[in-house]
Amino acid sequence: MRVVPRLVSPFAALLATMLALPAGAQTIYPINRAEILAGSHFDLKVEFPGLVDAAALKLEINGKDVAAVLGRSAELIEKEDGKDASSLILRSASIAKPGSYTVTASDGSNSKSVTWNVYATSAKPAAKNVILFIGDGFSTGHRTAARILSRGIEDGKFIGKLAMDTMPYMALLTTQGTDSIITDSANAAHAYTTGHKSCVNALGVYCSRAANTLDHPKVETITEIAKRQGLAVGAVTNSEIEDATPASMAAHTRRRSDFNDIVKMFYDSKIDVLMGGGSPNFLPKSTPGSKRTDDVDYIEQFKSAGYSFATTKSEMIQEADTAKTTKLLGLYNTSNIDGALDLKFLKKGSVSKFPDQPDVVEEMRAAIKILSRNKKGFVLMVESARIDKYAHSMDAERSIYDVIMLDNAVKAAQDWAKANGNNTMILVTADHSHPVSVIGTVNDNVVADEMRNKVGTYQEAGFPDYQRNDEGYPVSVDVPRRLRFVFGATPDYYDTFKPFLDGEFVPAIKNADGTMVANEKYKDIPGAVLRVGNLPNKGPSAANQGVHSGDDVILTAMGPGAERVHGQMENSDLFRIMAEALSLAPQGKSGVKK
Amino acid sequence: MTIRVFFTGGRFRRFFFAFAVSLLLSFLIGSPARAAELLTFDGLYKSNTVLGLKFADRTLALKGQVVRLRGYMAPPLKPESNFFVLTREPVAICPFCSSDGEWPVDIVVVYASKTVIPTNFSERIEAEGLLEVGSFIDPKTGFVSQLRIRDAVFHTTN
Repeated sequence: MRVVPRLVSPFAALLATMLALPAGAQTIYPINRAEILAGSHFDLKVEFPGLVDAAALKLEINGKDVAAVLGRSAELIEKEDGKDASSLILRSASIAKPGSYTVTASDGSNSKSVTWNVYATSAKPAAKNVILFIGDGFSTGHRTAARILSRGIEDGKFIGKLAMDTMPYMALLTTQGTDSIITDSANAAHAYTTGHKSCVNALGVYCSRAANTLDHPKVETITEIAKRQGLAVGAVTNSEIEDATPASMAAHTRRRSDFNDIVKMFYDSKIDVLMGGGSPNFLPKSTPGSKRTDDVDYIEQFKSAGYSFATTKSEMIQEADTAKTTKLLGLYNTSNIDGALDLKFLKKGSVSKFPDQPDVVEEMRAAIKILSRNKKGFVLMVESARIDKYAHSMDAERSIYDVIMLDNAVKAAQDWAKANGNNTMILVTADHSHPVSVIGTVNDNVVADEMRNKVGTYQEAGFPDYQRNDEGYPVSVDVPRRLRFVFGATPDYYDTFKPFLDGEFVPAIKNADGTMVANEKYKDIPGAVLRVGNLPNKGPSAANQGVHSGDDVILTAMGPGAERVHGQMENSDLFRIMAEALSLAPQGKSGVKK
Repeated sequence: MTIRVFFTGGRFRRFFFAFAVSLLLSFLIGSPARAAELLTFDGLYKSNTVLGLKFADRTLALKGQVVRLRGYMAPPLKPESNFFVLTREPVAICPFCSSDGEWPVDIVVVYASKTVIPTNFSERIEAEGLLEVGSFIDPKTGFVSQLRIRDAVFHTTN
């Protein structure tokens, strides 16, 4: 998703962390209760509140000097970023032997300890492949809405299940981070791809006090770890490819908007398949339309490194069908790829500019074709990104159509897994939720002065009029009796009670004095009423859109290794489920890296 | 037609008067009084593909000349600046923009001749100034742009 970075100030978050500690205590990364995959790389950092005397410093792990455990000593940064505070840093450490590790840092007067759990996995993988589906912002209300629109109800029962409904294992995932009860897509996806908790806006790093966004203590991503094991790795999305969720597969930055750096990190990670929108960050600055600040042509770089390159669906299919294609970069839009409602039905958004874009299902099919050429197996992240983007813009129908698209991709993956050895673990989840709900229907045939009196609740809601096509999409979104899907946290906006047939809804706009106000564009739509919002409309947290909620998200799973999915779990536990299924730290095989 | 001109400084009234007179003249005697060509966002480029934009021949031909362009002022990146971004649609059409990297690709940067006082961001404005073409990184903000209107004045349009 692309949002909220300004809702939680990193400085406020850091301050809160500092206040939570005893005065003068040092901060250690990885943090207390970190779960660390044996053999995976991480940066160990200790931040002292003031300047320290090098002679008095002590850094121990389980009572032994750090060098005895990690093979090297930490480097002292006397005045970090020129400030009167010292830090110790040991980059790219790793621990081979599973167990409990207590790290104690002392400056001679104050001492602080954290304990990590280092875990290994079984010697043999349970699954050959893992496909991780992320519906960005995909909330329980979305799932119900998608089921109503794409399956319909008869005799009080759904006529059919969603593909994801047929999967046997389920858990509630909690999404909170180190800084806040509300997460964003960067921090949330980071938990899945690294197994560590971090803070809003961060990818592949802990949020330390470092001034440079690229200097924070890193943890490895599943791409780095799986590639080391010989697996192929891919990420496909309908957002910009450098957006937070796909970026979590390779990025290490405190700031998710470091898009140009993220493109380089993708390149350096050697990820095998990469598809989405967002081409301007790949173009050298001399090319009109580029968003780079340097003259590196990343499309040429990827091509030189052996990647096939596609800019349209037709090119993508052709490249995927070529037997020798094992690496593919696909960029299909300068911005986000259009969502299903625009792409398949309304032809709004950027469809006229980019008429041959693949949807997420087609991207995934091509990705699987290419990645499965690696005999050792693969890890693939598939994101339906605009569920979230349209939930932010409070465009209910666009958001729900993209849930149906996500489910169609899940169905295609299930069919592929069944036909290819039943050795693929499939996980379907969200990164965070939105405060959205199905509360009834709106019926144009009810005679009433105001649109709100055409809203049917309880028995008056009845059943909406959608008719479905073969792909499970309603053929018409603007039916007389349609779903009433509401948003719980909003800016001021005009409620039109109707789908937005001319393009994505823009609920609010910043005024000249910096206040977020309802977008007047919708004022004159018949029946539209002004809704005064309940989110801040002024100051640094002013919202021009809906926001994330802290509600749990559902994780649904099938395939070998999926039995570990049950009950309530932390989002970071999902990483371990993938690591265990693929045996990413086989016992007795990993070694201490220097 | 309501015209509001946004400027700071004591020359506001004089400028407004001159502007109103020029508008009146242009109304009375037709196009020769208004030399500046009115460009449109749609006409700036001849193609917009994944591999980049291609400037329209007319855009390249007008390089260095005074042009007019209508669009929407994005909320300023820095207060007390003479720099703002002109977009095809109100900036909230890109509601998830949190950094310059997330702007639409076809934005135009305006360097006004005076410190900018923000307009209502949902009101369409017309900027007039010298057209500059080519990649440029704003030294103060690091903002990357391909097209700029320099020494610009602007006003709201109906």
